Amino acid sequence: MPGLADKRLLFVAGKGGVGRTTVALALGIAAARRGKRTIVAEMGGQALGASAFGRARARPGAEVALDGTLHAISLDVRTAMDEYLHARAGRLGDLLGASRAFGAFVAATPGMRELLTVGKVWELAQDARRVEGGERYDLVIADAPATGHAIATLRTPRTFAEIARVGPIAHQGRTIDATLRDAAFTGVVAVSLPEEMPVNETLVLQRALRDAPGLELGALVVNACLPRRLGPRQAASVRRALERTSESVAHAALRSALSEHVRASVQREQVERVAAEAGMTPVELPYLFGPALEREELERLADALEGIL
Amino acid sequence: MTGVAELLRDRRVVVMAGSGGVGKTTTSAAVALGMAARGLRVAVVTIDPAQRLADALGLDALGNEPRRVDPAPFERAGLRMQGELSAMTLDVKRTFDDLIARLAPDERTREQILANRIYRELSGAIAGSQEFTAVAKVHELAQEGGFDLLVLDTPPARNALDFLDAPERLASFFESRALRALLRPAGTGARLLGRGAGMMLGLLGRVTGADLLRDLSDFLRLLSGLVGGFRERAAAVEALLRDPATSFMLVTSPEREPIGEALAFRARLEQARMALGGAIVNRVHTDELGEREAGDVEPLLVAEAGLSAAVAGQVAAAFADEHALTRRDAANVAQLAGALGAGVPLIEVPQLDEDLHDAAGLVALHAHLFGA
Repeated sequence: MPGLADKRLLFVAGKGGVGRTTVALALGIAAARRGKRTIVAEMGGQALGASAFGRARARPGAEVALDGTLHAISLDVRTAMDEYLHARAGRLGDLLGASRAFGAFVAATPGMRELLTVGKVWELAQDARRVEGGERYDLVIADAPATGHAIATLRTPRTFAEIARVGPIAHQGRTIDATLRDAAFTGVVAVSLPEEMPVNETLVLQRALRDAPGLELGALVVNACLPRRLGPRQAASVRRALERTSESVAHAALRSALSEHVRASVQREQVERVAAEAGMTPVELPYLFGPALEREELERLADALEGIL
Repeated sequence: MTGVAELLRDRRVVVMAGSGGVGKTTTSAAVALGMAARGLRVAVVTIDPAQRLADALGLDALGNEPRRVDPAPFERAGLRMQGELSAMTLDVKRTFDDLIARLAPDERTREQILANRIYRELSGAIAGSQEFTAVAKVHELAQEGGFDLLVLDTPPARNALDFLDAPERLASFFESRALRALLRPAGTGARLLGRGAGMMLGLLGRVTGADLLRDLSDFLRLLSGLVGGFRERAAAVEALLRDPATSFMLVTSPEREPIGEALAFRARLEQARMALGGAIVNRVHTDELGEREAGDVEPLLVAEAGLSAAVAGQVAAAFADEHALTRRDAANVAQLAGALGAGVPLIEVPQLDEDLHDAAGLVALHAHLFGA
């Protein structure tokens, strides 16, 4: 599978709850290990990157160094708008941005939040940054919103280009759309769980992205895969043992192991289904049994994700 | 343990709230199924169901109204259906179009809005539209009668609170005086913006483009004509959410993040003086040992269960991991229960081994929820 390492912009997408942020951060770590100056952009207004690295929560819209060449930013619509206005219209732009009426206008325009968000992600990935003092990144990893919203966000630039027809927003919309369609520049990493609904959504995502903006999935990651510890004969011997064992601790252990085995088998079916229907070989990330997701676990996941870069 | 039926006694509307990925849609369907089995006429309004769940509920036919669900598959799975279950998937765009149609003062205005390019392309992106239309639909169904209970599956949101804020945000969007003033520079507008209103508009045009600004102005002017009706609708929606016959049910899984979201949602409900009827925690890892410590299991497995050393090793490793999950989940659930307090019943659903999205799966889930 051709790697994603040479792309400049990756979107990490998937159903709510599958672990997009975790995968985005782990991918960031893997990229930074290769010496790439990388930034993980959280598009939903959280700041999980900072907390995983034990950093204080930064100002929304600020680029924060997490570790070495890895950075993070929690995207903020207001900041993105102010930056855009300043770049377009200097001091007058600042005045416009400060006006309450304009603020109401931005809030009232449907799709504007999405345009500003994807526009900021685009800006982060440019060689020549628009933001004063902004430095170039080798790779931007955008932790996208849940599937439906992510698809809408990626289609917004083109929508505005078509509605506006001429003028700065039309132009900006076309430029961003062209970047999103450029497979050498932009990639999408789909994250799923080995369960029916997330797999269904992954396939929906694949079809929708092909349709517009016309992107193929660059990689498929299936998160939280249980270990498969028992072969079929071993599982059969566990079942037999369960029937004849009365000692309570042993019984509990047998039942528990068997239950995990059944779940792992159901998961296996879903992994095979997504591989077959998406036409891609997924990277399987292990189920993490620890109490909370910390830096150490992210590093382990980064090990597993090396291969897709 | 209290079952769902007790929690929903005398309720007419139940809103299932929680973050994405906790099993809200499946749980909404199972709750509706259980109440219908007990003799009520129930409608479940779902968002984005999986294809098989949609099939189980008979939702492959599109339409923005509830359709009767065939009880036969559920009866075959062992559940007697004494009442009636209906289901629908919310079509946000269509619901919004219907809303516009009802609120437009005349046919011409309605047509202009529906034809407006901004509306056509972006009505789905109007902030809060998904959440608002969901409740507006439930309100409409509640008004029309015909159902004893309405179950609303809320849209997936990283921030489950979006749902509560949507009516107000949307109403403000329609009402914004500052916005309308910006679009009418003469008179009131000029006074509001001060000198430089012309410059502001010029600048706005420079920043956005003339066509877009014009379409946007038309869009906003047209929609602001609907403000009165919209405010009324928003007030009715809010009243429905506040009604004592409306209950909120939190749905979560035993992990830190969804629990955090659930508690934040609960705080917001309290602020808004809305009733939290209960909490459902899905996918709770359990085992026969419960919270007891396991000790050294491997020798027991060889001695008592007669397993080979290799298999005993694997089983012991599996149990070590799974048991750690059981204890983690128990701790998280206890923390949640503590935070919710005695007044909010908590229902735990164990991690189930099989797929839940067909009729038999829903019946199995319902058994855990209703204590059947």
